[in-house]
Amino acid sequence: MKIGIVVFPGTWSESDTFYATKDILGFQTEYIWHKDQKLNNLDLVVLPGGFSYGDYLRTGAIASFSPIMEDVIKFANNGGPVIGICNGFQILCESKLLPGILIRNKNLSFICEWSNLLVNNQSKFTDEYQNKEVIKIPISHGEGNYQADRYTIDQLEDENRIIFRYCSNDGTVNEINNPNGSINNIAGITNKAGNVLGMMPHPEKASEKLIGGDDGLTIFKSIMKKVSDG
Amino acid sequence: MVSEEILKELALTLSEYNLIIEKLGREPNELELGLFGALWSEHCGYKHTKKLLRTIKSKSKYTLTEAGEENAGAINIGDNKAIVMKIESHNHPSAVEPYEGAATGVGGIVRDIFAMGARPIALLNSLRFSDLSNDRNMQIAKGVVQGISGYGNCLGIPNIGGECYFDESYENNPLVNAMCVGLVEADSILSAKAESPGDLLIIIGSETGRDGIHGASGLASQNFEETIELRSAVQVGNPFLEKLLIEACLEISQLDELVGMQDCGAAGITSAAIEMAERSNLGLRIDVSKVPVREKGMTPYEIMLSESQERMLIAVRNNEYKNIFNTLEKWDLKCEIIGEFIEGNDVEIYNQEEFLSKTPIKILTSPPEYDLNIISAGYAPNKKKITINKSYSSFNGNMIKDFTQRIFESDNIVSKKSIYNKYDHHVQTNTVVEPGSDASVLRIKNTDKMLAFSCDGNSRLCGVDPKLGAEINIAEACRNISVMGATPIGLTDGLNFGDPTKPKGAYELIETFNGFNHACEIFDTPIISGNASLFNQGHTSSINPTPIIGAMGIMNKNTNIPSKGFIVPGHKIGILGKNLWGTDLGLSGSEFQRIFDKELSGEISIDLEFEKVIQESIRKLIAENLIKSAHDISLGGFMTALVLSCEKNKLGAEIEKVVPESWAGALFGEDQSRIIFSYDVKDKNKISKILNKIHWSEIGTVTKKNIKFKNILIESDPMFLSYNKGFSRDI
Repeated sequence: MKIGIVVFPGTWSESDTFYATKDILGFQTEYIWHKDQKLNNLDLVVLPGGFSYGDYLRTGAIASFSPIMEDVIKFANNGGPVIGICNGFQILCESKLLPGILIRNKNLSFICEWSNLLVNNQSKFTDEYQNKEVIKIPISHGEGNYQADRYTIDQLEDENRIIFRYCSNDGTVNEINNPNGSINNIAGITNKAGNVLGMMPHPEKASEKLIGGDDGLTIFKSIMKKVSDG
Repeated sequence: MVSEEILKELALTLSEYNLIIEKLGREPNELELGLFGALWSEHCGYKHTKKLLRTIKSKSKYTLTEAGEENAGAINIGDNKAIVMKIESHNHPSAVEPYEGAATGVGGIVRDIFAMGARPIALLNSLRFSDLSNDRNMQIAKGVVQGISGYGNCLGIPNIGGECYFDESYENNPLVNAMCVGLVEADSILSAKAESPGDLLIIIGSETGRDGIHGASGLASQNFEETIELRSAVQVGNPFLEKLLIEACLEISQLDELVGMQDCGAAGITSAAIEMAERSNLGLRIDVSKVPVREKGMTPYEIMLSESQERMLIAVRNNEYKNIFNTLEKWDLKCEIIGEFIEGNDVEIYNQEEFLSKTPIKILTSPPEYDLNIISAGYAPNKKKITINKSYSSFNGNMIKDFTQRIFESDNIVSKKSIYNKYDHHVQTNTVVEPGSDASVLRIKNTDKMLAFSCDGNSRLCGVDPKLGAEINIAEACRNISVMGATPIGLTDGLNFGDPTKPKGAYELIETFNGFNHACEIFDTPIISGNASLFNQGHTSSINPTPIIGAMGIMNKNTNIPSKGFIVPGHKIGILGKNLWGTDLGLSGSEFQRIFDKELSGEISIDLEFEKVIQESIRKLIAENLIKSAHDISLGGFMTALVLSCEKNKLGAEIEKVVPESWAGALFGEDQSRIIFSYDVKDKNKISKILNKIHWSEIGTVTKKNIKFKNILIESDPMFLSYNKGFSRDI
């Protein structure tokens, strides 16, 4: 049972993810350097947040060509679970492991705040949550505005792959409670096979009551339970 | 003989030039003159503040360094951990080019912190602009905030607080003070020194370009009106490279062969390398041809004085650089050996084989020190008596309602959320109290400690009386820390002043230090580091003296930190302080006076001994877990503090008091040493036992809605609305 966290140059949420998964949840966790060629016996790969390669060119674009990504893509295509958080989500979209793209926030500014998310628990990453549970997880991004063509959005909806949506305290999904302009308030989606999750909010930052809440831990718990249950 | 024009460009006076000739025993060549221009600039040489800085209290039982000794000051917090912190200003660059000026200000202060081997764990900042209704001011404010956001967010350092304040004295001369806090093992603090002759001088990071030449001498050391043409002296930041530098430098800081590290900041390689040699009591030989450059044809002068960002210098044991180079290569960082520390006390500069200069380091680093007492001799401040409008002294319900509402429309009072929501304040997962409170709180992982930080300073009070204003700024910084339950143990200062060569500027500096010294002794809080930005003089007038205080406090992890606002209806409201009401004289320099009387006048006062008692009391109440909320009464007086206490959880208050006839002073006077707090009625006896009864009183009860005094009821919703609406224009 091992979690690998990929570190790109410019990544900054690797140590928060490490702390949440190892120190708090007690999973065996290790860092993977982006120049490595091979993933070594992992049960979960996390692409953490930050500004890989300064997000120059386009967010996540350069990182998607890092040497390790070839093996990450292979791992994902073989059904290995992958979570992309924030910049990691952007990298997953650039790597075509997830559809769509993340563009600049509607208000053209970086946003850091606690967001309310409406959970869809029909996924490996969320089945330890209640369905339609409202959880609190911080967002921290300038480009988290999820966009895709109509067909893709319909497909995501039809296949029940929208895992998190921005919502109000009481779970209302509407424009007022959409911080960045994402279509249908999308905050997180999975791939068709259900083993790749991309999300803009930072679950590793919601890891302890002392720092405002620990709602994010359940994502790691859910997927690791699935892995150990086989 | 050089021309006056050249001297002016370097910000050297003719008498300084003559002093250089006298000390060298010859005329300096062009390159040497550049070195002197940089090192004898106000920015690097502290010509007008050094004498004062020597008087400052910089030590306590917690300090591990002395101010000015290293890149930043360090404080022991136990468990073999130390906190390193410092404030730095980037005022002039931000006036010329707001985005890059502010961004590179963040970059510079962060490098000062990791140069000491410390992981940067927090950023704070104090921002000053003029009226937002003016488009240029708006553009500056927006650019500065975007710059801090754009640069800081890339680094993975939480930006946990600070302040943003508007006053017309900052017209054309905004202030951007950035503070950085770092955490390091107390026994592995890095020094900015070499050890012995033969140690190598290595440059890491960005290539050296033509940007920022004369930044220190030109931008930071002259009156602003002379600098509007100096746009090319502002550098452009690359936060991605800075992030790589942080990680790589912290990694090599663990290696034995690394002996010292220094940030390449103002005056570039010149200042960084020569200061390293000076601290090490060694000489230095540099070959400028070895410095990686961005463009061809750069002269040695340009290479030595460039202020290109994201560069560090390290001293490494001779022949032992292999591991260091391997680590830097892993991070794709350029590095090059550019020199060697040598026996003796000279800096020798070569361009390959060509000898360019040999100058005694001592002369380069010993600019004249000016005695401000001589400059300010005979200066008598123009003290204006406060005038209290007649209508302020006759109770008038409608006026109170109207004025309270207008106070809550002031850009200085409204929520600063639209700024701090542009900064990541959660990363590193330590933030226990987020921006928006009197101070922010971080927990320190793997210890039983939490630390509180604040960064602010009231400059209007300093405009009224610089000495008392300075005392109040330190008192208030410590009060901000104390209301969180933490004990203040260290300060850093950002001195932003006008022209020190004029009697007024000199007087304000002297008085400020007098105030600092008095307050630091009483609170036992050393000023462990700091920065002086002088010549803050716009086209029309000088800024109010603006000493910004960054404060740190320490507390146990089990402390129940009180909320900034009331929690539930039914809790009792208390005031800690001599009097609930402010006074007419308390309107001196107040926000009320700024808005309604549009003047700056009066007299201010503070009783520091009493302030100390108040702060100890609130900490004691918090340690005993007897209070639910606590909030410092400052800008906008009692009324503002009361409304803000209600706003947090959208509650109200019933105050069992009659608002006095002289309502303006009573409600809006900014008299010092007062804290508003709330508590459960069952704890009242315990509180009474701890507090001396002359130091506090119960004044009312938390309610569901609205602010009710015996003789007036004020609706709270409109105030909450304008508070949360934020700035008059969207920054």
